[in-house]
Amino acid sequence: MAGADSAAADPKGAPGQGAPRGGSGRRAVGRKAAGRKAVGRNAVGRPSAAWALPGVLFFVCFAVAPMLLVGYLAFTDWDGIGSPQWTGTDNWSRLWHDPDMRQAVWLSLLLTVLTWLVQTPIALLLGVWAAGRQRNRAVLSAIFFLPLLASSVALALVWKQLLDPNFGLIAEIGPALGFEDGDLLGDPQGALGAILFVTAWQFIPLHTLIYQGGARAIPRSLYDAAAIDGAGTVRQFFSITLPQLRNTVVTSSVIMVVGALTFFDTVLILTKGGPGTDTSIVPFLMYKNGFQAFDLGYASAVAALLVVVATAVSLLLVRLTGFSAMRSTREGM
Amino acid sequence: MTMRTPRSRSILRASTLAAALLLATTTLTACGSSGPGGSDDDSIDVWVYQDASTKVQRAVVERFNKTSKVKAKLTEVPGEGYSDKMRTSMGTPNAPDVFFNWGGGSISDFVKEDMLVDLGPSFKKDPELQKAFIPSILKAGAVNNTYYGIPMRGMQPVILFYNKKVFQDAGAQPPKSWDDLLGLINTFKKKGVTPFALAGTDPWTELMWVEYLVDRYGGAEVFKRIQSGDASGWDDPAVLKTAETIKELVDRGTFGKNYKSVNYTADGASTLFAKGKAAMHLMGSWEYANQKANQPDFAKSGLGWTTFPAIPDGNGDPKNVVGNPTNYWSVNAKTKGKKRDAAIEFVKFAAKQDYSKDLIANGDVPATSDATSLLGKHENPTYAQFQYDMVREAPSFTLSWDQALSAKNTPALHTNIQKLFNGQLSPTGFVTAMQKDIK
Repeated sequence: MAGADSAAADPKGAPGQGAPRGGSGRRAVGRKAAGRKAVGRNAVGRPSAAWALPGVLFFVCFAVAPMLLVGYLAFTDWDGIGSPQWTGTDNWSRLWHDPDMRQAVWLSLLLTVLTWLVQTPIALLLGVWAAGRQRNRAVLSAIFFLPLLASSVALALVWKQLLDPNFGLIAEIGPALGFEDGDLLGDPQGALGAILFVTAWQFIPLHTLIYQGGARAIPRSLYDAAAIDGAGTVRQFFSITLPQLRNTVVTSSVIMVVGALTFFDTVLILTKGGPGTDTSIVPFLMYKNGFQAFDLGYASAVAALLVVVATAVSLLLVRLTGFSAMRSTREGM
Repeated sequence: MTMRTPRSRSILRASTLAAALLLATTTLTACGSSGPGGSDDDSIDVWVYQDASTKVQRAVVERFNKTSKVKAKLTEVPGEGYSDKMRTSMGTPNAPDVFFNWGGGSISDFVKEDMLVDLGPSFKKDPELQKAFIPSILKAGAVNNTYYGIPMRGMQPVILFYNKKVFQDAGAQPPKSWDDLLGLINTFKKKGVTPFALAGTDPWTELMWVEYLVDRYGGAEVFKRIQSGDASGWDDPAVLKTAETIKELVDRGTFGKNYKSVNYTADGASTLFAKGKAAMHLMGSWEYANQKANQPDFAKSGLGWTTFPAIPDGNGDPKNVVGNPTNYWSVNAKTKGKKRDAAIEFVKFAAKQDYSKDLIANGDVPATSDATSLLGKHENPTYAQFQYDMVREAPSFTLSWDQALSAKNTPALHTNIQKLFNGQLSPTGFVTAMQKDIK
């Protein structure tokens, strides 16, 4: 009803009212309050703030409040019982000098970079492929998508069995990969590689889906024009698909990078940060200090640092890539 | 009418904000108050770790409630989250009146904050109660020589298990001395069998080796010093000798080549052992129940057990035992008056014969002094008797280090031990790391 009204009203134009971008109800108000264009225009386009209430409440209760608490606890010594003791910047200087923390930061960065390098090309190619109209595409896409549906804890447990050096899959294929006796999880590089592989296996489907959506949105006419000009599949990919997917790459990369920085459950189950501390990335170190050592003050300092770094990195990514300018990839079309 | 829209919008915006703040504050405060286990009604709240043994506690609550006016209410907390939940609830109004714990380090922080009832006076009033339990077990759960816990589950000493069939095939006998053990390592290596199964991804299994070796080299005193906060305990020659012995064992191939990737929690090590790919396994007494669940035939006829041998020139009593003596009931100090009397009366039920009988029927070996006559009822009487005698005759029962030391030390303890076994720390490096990390 409302839609029909506005659709009917739009063509007539009402020139003084500017671009017709609102719903019919508000337009009706504007029409009644003839001559008060400003009021009418203000009322156009945005729902009232009350709509945001559930979201804001949820965010305040489960994100802002805990973050503020963590910010406070980072300056205290607290073992979870009794009351927190204010210790000023003790936790922070300890953080600065902690060799485990340095290793954890290095490992987190390494894991993030490697994650991006491994997952992006595969997800991009799979996504573009899945956007096509080939035979069996739907069936195969559905199969690729499966790992995303399972809980990551369940997946990590399955992989733990597969990586058992005596009874798992790795016992058979380990020697071919250079891990004699299937001793993959006991090797620093092997353990990190295992985490990298399992997370890639688990999350590539998500990014494939993002790229599939992005690739589907590229107008057919671009490819038709390119084909007429004699561009082959490869040329079309590099000259049309890739540039058109620029914003999709940024979206996927931010999700990937922030995800890798805050990654936790697979590490806990698969390697427990071991061998030694060789896969103790920052979130795992936070868990170890917080919920094994119950050194909640120090763990909060690690957490606070992680929040700041992850936010900074994602903002930086958005800035550097020009994503924030919200420029369309289809200017001039 | 004309001005109404903007004004009402700004009013709406302001009231939205106010409502958001109000709701946020009420929700936040709601997070931290009330909930189950309120303290106004006439009942005591009992928390227990939920697993296969919980039915024994369910039965005792029923028995207790028949005799008492103040009723006990049992809350079964899923195992994984038990220690977190116990820790975060203590000091809040949600805290239980009586709760399951591991003694030692698991309650030492509560003791520091005066949150537990000292059971000493109860023992004085009722000497029979103290005598009802094996002394080494009662002591192992104490903090600063004060009793806060009543033993309430089966004992869990660390035992040297062996695979009977593998031994038979090799014509070998279970080790009686350290030299026997070293000889067996060579025997099984020649046969292509890993001498000892070891789950290197779960450092608490490696800790068992460290605990026994330190005890055999230097006696139970060495760790007692460390536990009491005396960092010089790590300087004891027994610690360095232990670290050197572990390096030697690893280099000899005692644990095979891929122990670093083997797990215990997903049954990697136990399967290796049951399938005869490994000959021996140093593990807590729960290994029997574990094998019974996964490899019932092996548990029934293939599983052998013996004690950890003495070491030449070692000062420790070879009868000493390490492991988890048992679990304990402790009483919250905030529980007062009538309810405290009821709570203490409730924990005393763990000393009674019918409680021990229930434990045995469940496959556990109770820590009560008079359990001998009941052991015949155990599904595997010889195993039960072996465990019971081993513990009763032990001059000292050292609580697992990761339970005995306060929680803040656990990660460093585990990491350093794993690094020692992996060759990432040298024996001297291990000692230095322990001195530095364990406070």
